[in-house]
Amino acid sequence: MTLTQQKKLKTVLIGSLAWIIALVLFFPIFWMFLTSFKTEAQAIAFPPELFFKPTLENFAIVQERSDYLYHAMNSVVISFGATIIALIIAIPAAYSMAFFPGKRTKDILLWMLSTKMLPSVGVLVPIYLLSRDYGLLDTRTGLIIIFTLMNLPIIVWMLFSYFKDLPKEILEAARMDGATPWTEVTQVVMPLSVGGIISTGLLSIILCWNEAFWSINLTATNAAPLTAMIASYSSPEGLFWAKLSAASTLACAPIIIFGWFCQKQLVQGLTFGAVK
Amino acid sequence: MKRTITRLLMAPSVIVLLLWMIIPLSMTIYFSTIHYNLLYPGPTRFVGWLNYDFFITDPAFLTAIGNTTLLVGSVLIITVVLGVALSALIDKPFFGRGIVRVLLISPFFVMPTVNALVWKNMMMNPVYGIFAWIWQSLGLTPIDWLSTYPLFSIIVMVSWQWLPFAILVFVTALQSQDHEQKEAAQMDGATSWHIFRYLTIPHLSRPITVVVMIEAIFLLSVFAQIYVSTNGGPGYSSTNLAYMIYNQALLQFNVGTASAGGLIAVVLANIVAFFLIRAVGKNLTV
Repeated sequence: MTLTQQKKLKTVLIGSLAWIIALVLFFPIFWMFLTSFKTEAQAIAFPPELFFKPTLENFAIVQERSDYLYHAMNSVVISFGATIIALIIAIPAAYSMAFFPGKRTKDILLWMLSTKMLPSVGVLVPIYLLSRDYGLLDTRTGLIIIFTLMNLPIIVWMLFSYFKDLPKEILEAARMDGATPWTEVTQVVMPLSVGGIISTGLLSIILCWNEAFWSINLTATNAAPLTAMIASYSSPEGLFWAKLSAASTLACAPIIIFGWFCQKQLVQGLTFGAVK
Repeated sequence: MKRTITRLLMAPSVIVLLLWMIIPLSMTIYFSTIHYNLLYPGPTRFVGWLNYDFFITDPAFLTAIGNTTLLVGSVLIITVVLGVALSALIDKPFFGRGIVRVLLISPFFVMPTVNALVWKNMMMNPVYGIFAWIWQSLGLTPIDWLSTYPLFSIIVMVSWQWLPFAILVFVTALQSQDHEQKEAAQMDGATSWHIFRYLTIPHLSRPITVVVMIEAIFLLSVFAQIYVSTNGGPGYSSTNLAYMIYNQALLQFNVGTASAGGLIAVVLANIVAFFLIRAVGKNLTV
């Protein structure tokens, strides 16, 4: 065997091994997707059935039984609401820290990071009681406030690193041409960093969408997003895996697709720029 | 003038985060020193360290601390070791690498409640689950995973969710590895193992530290998987610190004791956070 042949064989072996592992790890998602098109009898068939006549009735039953669309709407309103508010608060802060850094900028950034380190369970009691006393328990507003605060440090950090990477020369040129701070931001900074702002928003939506601790503890029937609605399927009312799978598939599919598009932002956002 | 404007721009973020940190935390500290149960309305009274005493001497406490350590430790080892191995495996191009990467990272985007339900029912169910089928095909007796090995089952679910995160970070880090150096080593007759051991691993030491610390903070408060699949049981065998605090607060309505437990969780997280923030700060140029 020549050296190139050996190399080729090695690539094939590595590739096959990687494919096998990837398929095994992906299997639970694939199986959930498949089960969502089965009847309940097929879902618990033993041995498991790989080929069957697909049905869409589970999706209809899920909608009827637990008002899927209502909870999906909760998820959409809460995650988009929290993301937009957080962006509005974070953009000015990130802008001023990136372009006019002071002596304390670094300390402020690290302090913001440290607020993210507070375990949610440590403040469960006060947040629960405050929400109860201000009528925010089981409301969309309550979760929007908490998710905004929860993701604000990550959003400021990501925007800060995007703004900092913008070429300084362009800004100086704009200033020479007599741009006011307002036009500088709206005409130069925003258009240049629109990609960064969108991917930051995308990451924030993913994190809000999948958040489970506060959703489960602070909502009931009114404001429950999908994470909390699906948790209610854990009660042992019998076997209804096909419906569970249908609800889960609908809840996860959009976010998995979002996630595929912002892998890089995910690394940057969740490691606070420590890994590039 | 300029300084006033920059301060004004930063003010909203700083103020809301300051309130978000100070108000709940000081309330937790205050509650942890008083006798306060939502089921018995009436005057609250100062009890000093009694809540801490009560929480720590609860028979569930040592179990919960042990389970938390075991959960965090095992998931960290599993995700870092497999994460390094898999990211090294898919570092070089091969057929369909892009798709493999997408498949590998997908579990991270599955919400924790769905994660737990899919594993609990479709994978681990002792009668109809995939594992039961595999076990039976091999001529073995199927295992009731969640009642026989509850903590192990939770570890599997949580690792499945966080392994993709480790892979994603390590793959990103490997892209910045010096390929000329690797080629030079290859020319000098270094084997793949030597290159992995003496070039790749040292290159990954920093990302590994970061992954360990970030995961540690998230794993310290794993909640949804336990809530959905085992409810902390059987007994306390899969109760971690987060679930124990939830149990005190929202199932037994014991605000004082739950707050004491919450503060213990905060202190534990802060030990990790201290090192994480130092590591991030070193890398931060303003």
